[in-house]
This record gives sequence, structure tokens and C-alpha cells, in this order.
Amino acid sequence: MSGSDQGRGSDLLDVQDRARFEQLVLPHLDAAFNLARWLLRSRADSEDVAQEAMLRAYRFFRGFHGGDARAWLLQIVRNTCYTWLEKNRPVELMTEFDEELHPQPSASPEALAIAGDNRDRLNRALETLPPRFREVLVLRELEGCSYKEIAVITSIPIGTVMSALARARQRLQRALTLSPAQEASRGL
Amino acid sequence: MGCDYTRTALHGYLDGELDATRAAEFERHLEGCRECANTLGAEESLRSSLQRSGLYEHAPISLRKKIRADLDAATAPAIASRIPVWRWFAVAAAILIVASVSWYAWPRLQSSATSSPVTAAEIIDAHIRSLQPGHLTDVASTDQHTVKPWFNGKLAFVPPVKDFTEEGFPLIGGRLDVLNGQDVAALVYARRKHLINVFVWPTKEPDTPIHPPGSRQGYQWVHWRHQGMEFCAVSDVSASDLHELAQLIYQ
Repeated sequence: MSGSDQGRGSDLLDVQDRARFEQLVLPHLDAAFNLARWLLRSRADSEDVAQEAMLRAYRFFRGFHGGDARAWLLQIVRNTCYTWLEKNRPVELMTEFDEELHPQPSASPEALAIAGDNRDRLNRALETLPPRFREVLVLRELEGCSYKEIAVITSIPIGTVMSALARARQRLQRALTLSPAQEASRGL
Repeated sequence: MGCDYTRTALHGYLDGELDATRAAEFERHLEGCRECANTLGAEESLRSSLQRSGLYEHAPISLRKKIRADLDAATAPAIASRIPVWRWFAVAAAILIVASVSWYAWPRLQSSATSSPVTAAEIIDAHIRSLQPGHLTDVASTDQHTVKPWFNGKLAFVPPVKDFTEEGFPLIGGRLDVLNGQDVAALVYARRKHLINVFVWPTKEPDTPIHPPGSRQGYQWVHWRHQGMEFCAVSDVSASDLHELAQLIYQ
């Protein structure tokens, strides 16, 4: 598979491009939508953004040189989401990613299991995390991405994927075991 | 509080991202470290909650449709572009010859009005739409003498309707559909457990042979024009089955 035909002048991709795109990229539409939905926390907005991202992916498709099509697509989806957030909800991006990790005792597996069995609570807890924590969890736990794929998609060095996940999981545990009142007072 | 392994290896272990040596090392450590054992238990519980949660959100059908329309707009038209340029020249030459030799026999060729071609995506959309409950047929009958008259008065043309049960393509029924803003007849045939839609509408374009099948998203279509009618058969059956039905209809 090669992208060596990038030089072709036409804006329109031809039927061969289309067939290749449908075979390699389109099957990952669910992954694209799921990532957008969790980054934007809204189905309606993610529909628009996923649509835009898919069209961008198609336009860039001749620059795709083979390899992991899902990671390639999700990288575009993620960038499109962040551009959208910067424009529409800049406040959400202001949380510092590199906040100090304060080791805390883990909640008991039993307590977590009970909290985690409540889908709404889990949903809310995940949504309260800053986007950069949320995305690594979604990619790892819902999408099943490897550390290498997460590094490609999020543009963080592969050596820091594990610590990003560790922090994200700790934040999720904390959010899950917070009482509803504490949860409310934390706002976003 | 603060076992170093919790920071350096536990999550890699949980995620299956440690190499064999480091994984074995961590397992040895785990036997003696209560903190890591607790943390690992909590993390495993959290993971299984997340994975059982049904929080994964699948793309809605409306999004798939919008994307398909976007891709269509960014791609050269499908059915038209499947036909190589030289064929268009051949067709044009044939029109000229036929028109000059037998002007009266082909009066309608003078009309240069050509509607925009129906794209493969529209055909496939119409096919998928028809498979939704209650959408397949307006007249359900395996009898061609029931289906054909049903179209009378509903369309400005009479589609050819034949049953091919003996050839393995029983007629299921018919319905009205709309393609590219135009009323078309849709004939439904079965092939084993699969369904085939044959769309028929009038055309002023000259006859063509049955074009080689096109394929997209697991659906096949074949397209041809015959005696003033344009046909497009679409299904998830194999391309050869579809071609076989097309030949039966063509005859």
C-alpha cells in the first residue's frame, strides 16, 4: 500500500480511492464517533464533528501510507474535536494535565464494583474527568487501543502513556467514590 | 504509602504492556506487596465495570448517511465513472451513426435532455431502506400477473415484470420508490435467503449491455439499459447471482 500517488492534481478522489477508503477507514466509524462523543460529551455535537473528521480523513487519504488505519483516523478525529472545543468550549481545555499525582489509598474493589455497576454514575464520573484523562481511558478501556496506538492518537510520548493512564484511573476512582454532594460541588 | 511499583509497573502489567521479564518481576513483587495487590484488584474491578458498562457509543445511521453523501460529493460519480471514456465515445459514435441512418426510427434521440445519473450510493440506500420492516413491497405477490397490473396508473411507464421461480429467483413483489427525485418501479426478487431489488425507470439513452457488477459495502449492483428502460439490480448476493438475474430480465 502506498500513498505515492499524492501528486495527482484533482481535488476529487476517484472510485479506487473511495473503495480503499471504505475498506480501510470507514469500518472505524464507530470508533471515531465513540471518541468524539466522549471528548465532546454530546451526541449531537459529536455527530457533526465526526462527520467533519471523516471528510477531512477522506481528503487527506492519499497521504495515508498504510499501517494502522484506526489510529490514523482517530488522530484526525481527536484533532478535530480539540479544534472544536477550543472554539466552542475553551474553558474545558484549561485543566492542567500534568498536575501532581498524589498517591492515595485505592478504594476497595468491592466499593468500586458497587459504584461501577451503576451505569449512570460511571458515565457521570467519566464525564467529570478533564478531556485528556478521559480520552486515554476511553481509548484504552472502551476502544482497546495499545499504548503505541494511544501514543499515536494523542501525540504523547509512548513512555508517558502508562503514567497518563495511571493518573486517569486514579481520577476516575476518586470521581466514582465521591458522594453525590461532593460530585455536585465539583461542577464539571 | 507509595510503593514504587504502583507507579512504574502496575498499570503496564494490568494492560499487558510489560515484557515477559518485567511482568514476571512484578508478579514476584505482587506476592509480598499488599498495596499493589489491593490497587491491582481495584483497577481490575474498575476495568471490568467500564467494559461491561455499555458506555461505548455506536455511530447512528443518520451519521453514516451524511458521511456517504459527503464522500459522494468528494468522489467522481460512481456509475458514470465506471464506464471507461472510450465507451462513451463509442456510444456517441453509435448514436451518430444510428441517428443519421435511421432518423425516424429513433426520434427521441434528438432530445438532448439527460437527467443526472443515479449514483450507486442512492441505489444502495434505496435497497437498504427497502429492507426495513414494512418497506419491502407495496404489492406482495409471486404472480407476475398481479404485480404488473398493480403498477398501472401509478407510474407513467409499464415496467417489465417476470417471475423467475424456476430459475431460482422467485418474484416477491413490487413497490414504488424514488431515485434521484424520479419515480421508479422496484421489483423484489429472492435468492435463497437474500433479497434483490431491481429498480426500473424509463430512459431516452440508448441500450447498453449489462455492465460488469459494481461493489460497495458488501452490496453488488449491475446496471443496463434495454428498450427504453434503465435497470439497476442491487443486492448482497454474489455478483454472479446478480448477473444471472440481470441476464434473465434482459432476455
